[in-house]
Amino acid sequence: MKQKKEFDFFDKPKNRKLLWILLYAVCGLLFIPDFFIHREAHFGIDGIWGFYPILGFVACTVLILFSKLVGMVLKVKENYYD
Amino acid sequence: MPPAVILLVGALFVPFIKGKAKNWFVILLPVLAFYLITQLEAGSSWHVHFFGFDLTFLRVDKLSKIFGYIFTINAFAAFIYAFYLKDNTQHVAALLYIGSALGVVFSGDLIALYFFWEIMAVASTFLILTRKTKKSLGAGYRYILVHVFGGLCFLAGIVFYINSTGSIEFTAMTDRNIATYLILIGMLVNAAAPPLSAWLPDAYPEATVTGGVILSAYTTKTAVYTLIRGFPGWEVLIVIGCIMTLYGIIYALMENDMRRILAYSIINQVGFMITGVGIGTAMSLNGAAAHAFAHIIYKALLWMSAGSVLYMTGKSKCTDLGGLYKTMPLTLIFGGIGALAISAFPLTSGFTSKSLIIDGSMHQHLFWVWLILEIASAGVFLHAGIKFPYFVFFAKDKGLRPGETNKSMLIAMGFMSFLCIFLGVYPKPLYDILPYPMEHFSAYSASHVVSQLQLLMLSALVFFLFLKLLKRTETISIDTDWFYRKGGKIFYRVMDVSLNSINAITDKIFIKQLTGALISFAKDGPANLFMMVAYPFWLISGRKADQIALKKAKIYKNVKISAMPVGIVAVPVILYLTLLFLFG
Repeated sequence: MKQKKEFDFFDKPKNRKLLWILLYAVCGLLFIPDFFIHREAHFGIDGIWGFYPILGFVACTVLILFSKLVGMVLKVKENYYD
Repeated sequence: MPPAVILLVGALFVPFIKGKAKNWFVILLPVLAFYLITQLEAGSSWHVHFFGFDLTFLRVDKLSKIFGYIFTINAFAAFIYAFYLKDNTQHVAALLYIGSALGVVFSGDLIALYFFWEIMAVASTFLILTRKTKKSLGAGYRYILVHVFGGLCFLAGIVFYINSTGSIEFTAMTDRNIATYLILIGMLVNAAAPPLSAWLPDAYPEATVTGGVILSAYTTKTAVYTLIRGFPGWEVLIVIGCIMTLYGIIYALMENDMRRILAYSIINQVGFMITGVGIGTAMSLNGAAAHAFAHIIYKALLWMSAGSVLYMTGKSKCTDLGGLYKTMPLTLIFGGIGALAISAFPLTSGFTSKSLIIDGSMHQHLFWVWLILEIASAGVFLHAGIKFPYFVFFAKDKGLRPGETNKSMLIAMGFMSFLCIFLGVYPKPLYDILPYPMEHFSAYSASHVVSQLQLLMLSALVFFLFLKLLKRTETISIDTDWFYRKGGKIFYRVMDVSLNSINAITDKIFIKQLTGALISFAKDGPANLFMMVAYPFWLISGRKADQIALKKAKIYKNVKISAMPVGIVAVPVILYLTLLFLFG
């Protein structure tokens, strides 16, 4: 009996590449609304063009790097407490 | 009738019901309790006279109701999820745990609340122990110890509070003194606020498959409820909440075990709620309640999907998992909806609830608080929104082909997924039951939706750009539990060597007094425990020696005639659960 072919969309390099392009495109396109959407700025800084996407990018970069740094000290082998 | 009664009494019948009827029975109980809550009218009743105190077992207002609703909805889904389960201990422990959580929420005074608080700690421990692995036994033991400590702080606070105010009513605390701070500490232990937070990621991931789903909802959220009720507007909570949001993310990013990632993300999410409580305006308090409501649903959903993976594969480490999208697509979709909801994606419940807290901070012009909450929002998507599904369902195919999980689990996840989206698209029913009156609120303005999407999508981009840095390692991370896990061992060794030698000499002398010591332990043990906590605080608060002596005598007397609630309720609960655990 022939086995049903497995769904492996996300394993194919071609599709992965496509997803990367999509991700970049979406991120790029999301800067566009900032040209014409009026945002009420409560603190001044949040009214700047591109504030939220840049905040997301910078915040996550810092969080990842920081957790990497902290991890150097705090990560231990799984049997540490045994 | 207090809704807790339905679940607590129901728990007694569970062992006597056979087969699938048992599962139907436990599903029915929260449905009944939910119906009862819809019928409750505001006010207080069920007063019980207890050693000179007038206890109130049923206080109904919008705040207790919203928590009552979500506690029973979640219980309903969790018991559907557990439809495959025959184990009496888990069902009974879950019912006692959820029932007492309802008890806490509907208690009108501190003593009644403490009764239930105690049962919660005991019953929940059994959801960890019943996994019956060496790790779960250790984790359960540490879990109960931390909660005993928290409970003692809470109790000491209550005693001081009653002493100084003469009232046992549980309302917003205004005085800032040793009594209220002790109560606050007791609540913060249950809310998993650092440094007293390590019990959560230590214990929850060791719980059973369904135990994890149930645990994720109640302990921390009853704490959020008590904080909303007791400590609105206490600024210190803003600081604690903000720390929690970031702390949860950093640790979740380091973690390898999928359920441990989710455990840390509970701390992160509760951080948002506690910040809301600290801000203390009607909007932010509503935000805390709404976020607790939405959070219970999507977090249970995430734990359900992780539980399904664990159930089917027996694995929970990211390094062992990957590529499951091929054989568990439905679990992936449901888990994915939970992941989007926790990340507050527009059209999900997280978006409509969290916005209240963040807008609340904006309206109070709290710049740094707002900024930290926005940063943490981005970070949530990073660790819970993408990291969890990515490493479990995608990443590198580890050759696991488990197949889809069982039907009841899928139905429960489908139900929770529906709620996540429903409350995201149509949040009115949730906004209608919020406890405090506020002006009309809508999360859906064009600028808000756009800025949220910008924040989240760029976070996603960062995740994939830094994927190499995020590669999983077979490690655990040291948290504050180090102090009682390693520190305890070191302490034990030092004591072992130093004291045992002395012990050998004194043994002969003291052995004669053994009987006397035993009697005095039985008589004064609980009072001694209490004194251990209370005495240092009396000293700090500058009481004179004769005052302390007087108080001490009073406490010893009270304990001897059992005029304090400690243990009275917990003892039968422990007995019942232990019997089930051993023979059930």
